[in-house]
Amino acid sequence: MDAIILQILNGLDKGSAYALIALGLTLIFGTLGVVNFAHGALFMIGAFCAVTLSKLLKLSHTVIDETRTDFLGNPLKVEVPYVYDIFGQSTGDAIIDWAVPLSILFAIPIMILVGVIMERGLIKHFYKRPHADQILVTFGLAIVLQEIIKYYYGANPIPTPAPQAFVGSFDFGALVGFEPGQIIYPYWRLVYFTFAAVIIGAVFAFLQFTTFGMVVRAGMADRETVGLLGINIDKRFTIMFGLAAAVAGLAGVMYTPINSPNYHMGMDFLVLSFVVVVVGGMGSLPGAVLAGFLLGILESFASMREVIDIIPGINQVIIYLVAIVILLTRPRGLMGRKGVMED
Amino acid sequence: MFGLDKKDASLLLIVAALVAFAPFLLNPFPEGSAMAQFNAGYPDLMQRFVIFGIFAIGFNILFGLTGYLSFGHAAFLGVGSYAAVWMFKLLSMNVLPAIILAVITSGIFALVIGYVSLRRSGIYFSILTLAFAQMSFALAYSVLTPITGGETGLQLALDDPRILGSATTAEGNIPVPGLFGLEMRDSAELMFGNWVFTFNVGYYFAAIVMLLSFYLAIRIFRSPFGMMLRAVKSNQQRLNYTGLNPRPYTLAAFVISGMYAGLAGGLMASMDPLAGAERMFWTASGEVVLMTILGGVGTLIGPVLGAGMIKYMENIISKINSDILHSWFAFLPDGLEDLIVTMIYPFIGKGWHLTLGIVFMLVVIFLPGGLVEGGQRVAKLFGRKKADETKSAKTEPAE
Repeated sequence: MDAIILQILNGLDKGSAYALIALGLTLIFGTLGVVNFAHGALFMIGAFCAVTLSKLLKLSHTVIDETRTDFLGNPLKVEVPYVYDIFGQSTGDAIIDWAVPLSILFAIPIMILVGVIMERGLIKHFYKRPHADQILVTFGLAIVLQEIIKYYYGANPIPTPAPQAFVGSFDFGALVGFEPGQIIYPYWRLVYFTFAAVIIGAVFAFLQFTTFGMVVRAGMADRETVGLLGINIDKRFTIMFGLAAAVAGLAGVMYTPINSPNYHMGMDFLVLSFVVVVVGGMGSLPGAVLAGFLLGILESFASMREVIDIIPGINQVIIYLVAIVILLTRPRGLMGRKGVMED
Repeated sequence: MFGLDKKDASLLLIVAALVAFAPFLLNPFPEGSAMAQFNAGYPDLMQRFVIFGIFAIGFNILFGLTGYLSFGHAAFLGVGSYAAVWMFKLLSMNVLPAIILAVITSGIFALVIGYVSLRRSGIYFSILTLAFAQMSFALAYSVLTPITGGETGLQLALDDPRILGSATTAEGNIPVPGLFGLEMRDSAELMFGNWVFTFNVGYYFAAIVMLLSFYLAIRIFRSPFGMMLRAVKSNQQRLNYTGLNPRPYTLAAFVISGMYAGLAGGLMASMDPLAGAERMFWTASGEVVLMTILGGVGTLIGPVLGAGMIKYMENIISKINSDILHSWFAFLPDGLEDLIVTMIYPFIGKGWHLTLGIVFMLVVIFLPGGLVEGGQRVAKLFGRKKADETKSAKTEPAE
C-alpha cells in the first residue's frame, strides 16, 4: 500500500510537468490549429528565465573591506551583490535564496512577449499551410532557439537550487498514519504539484468564467461564426498563444530545482508531451491534463522494481506503448472532440 | 536507356558522373592552402554523403510520394546497422551478406511498424512512428543489451565465430570488412602537384549501391505504382471512392523506404563495423527529414542534394574556429575585423546547428520546394533553359 502511494506521489510531479506542457500545446492547437513543435523550447526558455534571474541577482561589485586582511596582509576584497546595496544584507540574502519562485514574476511578461512575437512574426503565416509545414517550421524554430540558448549559457546543465525552506524531504507517510520513514517525499516536488494544480485551475477558470474566455471557447468551436459576429478573434487567439507560452515557461521555471536546466531539456520533454496530447485527445484541454497525470503516474509505477522484474525494460517504453494502444483503439484519444483532426 | 526516358537517363548519367569524379570535384583546393579546409574529398565524408543520400532517397519515397511524414525513420537505419554487424560477427567479414541481411531485417521491421502506424494518417502517423522509434531506441539502450551492446554499442571482438571467414587476421587483429578481398578502408592516392586525391574502395562501393538505389527510385517514381502513391498524397478519399484501397500501396512504400534506410545502415556498418543505439534516436530521424526538405520533397535529386549539403555543413562549418576567421578577415582594419568575426562566430564551429536551423526555417518559409525549387527559380530568372538536371526533377509542392 505504502509503495503504491509513493509511486503515485512520484508520478505526480513528472505528470504535472507533462500536464502543463500538454495544456499549452492543446491551447495552441485548439485555438489556432497549429501543431507547435517549438513548445518544448518555450519550456526551456522558461527554465532559463530562472537561471538568468538568479545570475542577475548574484551580480556583484568588489568592495575593499578594511577590517580584514587577506593572506598577503592587504585589505580583503569582498564581492558584494548589488541586491545587498539596495535591500541590505539579510533581505538581499533572502531574495537570492528565493530566486526561483521570484522568477515566476520575471518569466510571465517575458514568456507572453516571446509567445506573441512568435505567433505574429512566424506562425501567423502558416495557418493556411499544411500541418506538415507547421511541424517543420516550428521544428526549425526549436533548433534555432535551443542553439541560441546554448551559445549564451553553454552546453552544461546549470544547477539552480530551490529556496532553503524547501530543500530536503518530509515524511508524508507519518502524516497520514503510516509507519514513519516509509513514504519520504521532497518538499519541492509537492510545491511543484501544487503550483501546477493552481496554474491549471487558473487557466480553466479563465476560460470558463470570464467573457474573454467565453469568446475564446466560442472561437475554438466555430471560428468563422465568431468572426462574423464582429469579434476580432485573431487578436484573442494571439493572446491565448502568449498565455500558452507563459504556462509552458512557468512549468520550466519551477522545474529547474528538480532537474538542472540544459539547452536540450525542451526537446526531451516535447516528444513525451506530444504523446500526452495525442493520448488525451487533440484539442481537449481536460484530456491533456488527465493524460499528463495518468502517464506520469503510469511511468513511475512502471519503474518499480517488482514490475521491472516481470517485464524488463517496461519503464522505458510504457508511455509509448500506452500511446500506441490508445491511438489504435480510441482514434480520438481519451477525451477528444468529434471532428478535430480525426483522420 | 535502362527503360528510362531521355530526361531521366541524362539525370542518372549526370549523377553517376558527379559521384564517380567526386574525389576530384570535392577537392578543388590544393593541400596546405588557406581554402583547404573546404575540401570535402576525404573518404570518411564522401562515404557519408552517399550513405545519407540513400537514406534520404528512401525517405523521400515515403514522404515525397505519399505525404506521410514519418518521424521515426532512423529506427530502420539502426536496425540495419545492428543486423550488418551481427553478420560480421557470425558469418564473415564480407559486406554482401551483411547488407542483404540488413535490408531484409529492416524490411520486416518496417512491415510490422508500418502495418500498425498506417492505420492512422497525418500528425497521428508521425506520432506513432516517433513512438515506435523511441521505443526501439529505449529498448536497444537498456533491455536488449545482449543483442545491441547497450550503451557501448555493438562491436566486433576477437573471439567472434565468423564461421565462413577467419576470426582473426594473421597478425591477430580483428579483420576489416571487405568485398571478396577488397578491403573497404583501402585507398589509392593520386598526387597532382599540390593536390591530393583519395580514391577509397568503400566510397566507390557505397557509390555504386547509391546509384543502383537512385535508379530504382527513378523507376518507382515513373511507375504506375508511383502514380498510385501520388494519388494517395493528393486525395486519399477520392481514391477510396474509386474503389481502390490505398493501404497496400502506402504499406509497400513504407516498407521500401524502410529497406532503403536499412541499406544505408548496413553500408554504414560496412564502412565502420560498429552500431550504436544513438543512431535510432529521434533527432537522427529529424535529420533525414531536414535533408529531404532542404533538398526538395518529391523531387528525384533533391534528397541527395540535401543530404550532401547537411553533411558538408556538419563537417566543414563545424571545423572553422575563430582563429581561421581572423585569418580570413586579416586584410580589414583591426576594429572592423573583430566586429565581423564576433558577428559570424555564433554561426560556425559548435554553432553550426544554429546555421542549419536558420537555413532550414528559411527554406520551409520561402522555398517549400527546397534547393531544387531554388535552382529552378534562379534558372527562370536568367530566362534560359537550364540543364536537364532540374527540368526532369519535377517539383511537387511539399505536403
